[in-house]
Amino acid sequence: MLRFMARRLVLLIPVAIGILLVTFLIVRLIPGDPCVAMLGERATPTKCEEFKERYGLNDNVFVQFVRYIGNMAQGDFGESIRFSRPVSDIIAERLPMTIELTLFAMLFSTTVGIFLGIISALKPNSFTDTLTMVVANVGVSMPVFWLGLMLAYFFALVMKDTPLFIPPSGRLGASVTLVNLAKQWGLTELTGISKFAVYFLSNSAIANSIITGNWATLKDALWHLILPSVAVGTIPLAIIARMTRSTLVEVMQQDYVRTARAKGVNERKVVSRHAMRNVMIPVITIIGIETGALLSGAVLTETVFALPGVGTMLVQSILSRDYPVVQGFTLIIAIIFVLINLFVDVSYAYLDPRVRLE
Amino acid sequence: MTSNVAILDVSNIKYTSPGREAVRRLFHHRSAILGMIILGFLLILAIFAKQIAPYDPIQLLRDVDRREPPCIHLLGCAADQPQHLFGIDGNSRDLLSRVIYGSRLSLQVGLSTVSFAILIGGVIGAIAGFVGGWLDDLLMRIMDVLMAFPSLLLAIAIVSFLGTGLINALLAIGIVSIPRFARLVRSTVISVKELEYVVAARSIGANQGRILFGHIIPNSLTPLIVQATLGIATAILDAAALSFLGLGAEPPRPEWGLMLGEERNSIFNAPHLVFFPGVAIMLTVLGFNLLGDGLRDALDPRLRGTAAG
Repeated sequence: MLRFMARRLVLLIPVAIGILLVTFLIVRLIPGDPCVAMLGERATPTKCEEFKERYGLNDNVFVQFVRYIGNMAQGDFGESIRFSRPVSDIIAERLPMTIELTLFAMLFSTTVGIFLGIISALKPNSFTDTLTMVVANVGVSMPVFWLGLMLAYFFALVMKDTPLFIPPSGRLGASVTLVNLAKQWGLTELTGISKFAVYFLSNSAIANSIITGNWATLKDALWHLILPSVAVGTIPLAIIARMTRSTLVEVMQQDYVRTARAKGVNERKVVSRHAMRNVMIPVITIIGIETGALLSGAVLTETVFALPGVGTMLVQSILSRDYPVVQGFTLIIAIIFVLINLFVDVSYAYLDPRVRLE
Repeated sequence: MTSNVAILDVSNIKYTSPGREAVRRLFHHRSAILGMIILGFLLILAIFAKQIAPYDPIQLLRDVDRREPPCIHLLGCAADQPQHLFGIDGNSRDLLSRVIYGSRLSLQVGLSTVSFAILIGGVIGAIAGFVGGWLDDLLMRIMDVLMAFPSLLLAIAIVSFLGTGLINALLAIGIVSIPRFARLVRSTVISVKELEYVVAARSIGANQGRILFGHIIPNSLTPLIVQATLGIATAILDAAALSFLGLGAEPPRPEWGLMLGEERNSIFNAPHLVFFPGVAIMLTVLGFNLLGDGLRDALDPRLRGTAAG
């Protein structure tokens, strides 16, 4: 297992360099003068000279790339042109929202998806099966932002004044605020990774409210997370349900399932102990593949539900040509994506010994 | 013994070519038929948009209120009112006409991005698989890097330096779809290139180009057709997403994603403006997904239930 993980980590090196190269190129490939592109009307010749000096745009490209890698390794993502603040601070503010949304959507899609898949597989061609598969097909074809808007319309307007009302936008209710953890703990002189960590925890509504024991805030945060999570999770849910169903149908015809039954194991245990273990392998692969959809979905859905996450910031930054922010955010999303895939691969190897030996 | 004689009597055996057999399977596949019906309907809408649409998709209408809900005579809308089946949009245009014209754009988007991706990805994959060695390693590592980004986010990043606009959005979606096709073509080329008929072609002295284009590629087409159909569905969704975010098509173009994006804040007072373009996107994508699933089952039953979708 350790050898497998080591090999998997070594394979990450070329990918990591590639990711850095792509994000590096984002700024270098802008057509025309990057100074004019970023500063817009403020781009006078003296300002441009100053700007190029400051961002080291006068050196040769190779030197720039090496310096870029060095800066990133130290967590220095540059400075936002629009806000005149370090990009890493903005990431620490925005990332928690997106991670919370992605995780909850993932939780929703895997639990419900696997559950529906099992029900359909155990009674093939039943009403539940047909319904699940029809919903799965339609679910895969829905634009996530449209589903989000429809959910908002239904649960916030149609269900208004009923107990089923769910808030359609925002991270927290109007009167709810988060405690500034850095202030609360008296930490004013923070730098580097510890600053990032404290900011991150402080801005994660869920982590923040748990740390401070503020259960009303926690409830409000979860309440606001329901609709976006359902919207983001529906497409992966559909795919996971289809995968679970088709694999379980196949596994249930295997010899070892028949053997288990012949031994007199009850049906519930046959499914949970013998069959599901083998179903989980392809299902986990699918979950890994779907993380990309979850992250992209989170970015799109934030716009719909006015959530202060990575997606809304990324789009605003592209439209206002704040390239350091675009660069930093693209990089951080790619890193998260790669790490989740790494985690999926490792759990894959944990479940299937053959993968380890390959 | 008698049964053996019966088998040898070939006069009763009808020969069907694999191609005809695949078509037969496709037309017996429930979801494939449904997919073809949906897509056929869309194709008719797209081709005859001018004849079918009751109004111009861009021209502003007079004497109507902005965001007016649908007026359907059959459902009790006063007969002296002009009929607007999908209602009026935020710029006082007929929404139905815009949705109909949108089918044109959507089909063009899907076909053009996927053709682009297949062309580039196919060449990369064929070369990597056929030549092998360091070139294969290099090309595939580049594809790995492109796949290390969630595809939509990479498309967003590409648009950020190309600049916003429909053409750039299409280019971005085309680029991010390349690795998928490159990998697919590479793996089929590798599996096909050691088969007997390729070895035979080589032994009679056929040159490399002829082996690749005359023997290997035609035999690698099946999975490519399936993946292309499903790829069109993804491309249409991604293009709609970019336009929704304001990074793709620009007003007043009747693009479904853009129509949704422009009116997303009216969801509570004019839900029809969000509902109909979304249904149009969903139907189109569903059509391609169903047809893709059907093609997969008809052309290559071995692929059934795999993660290729």
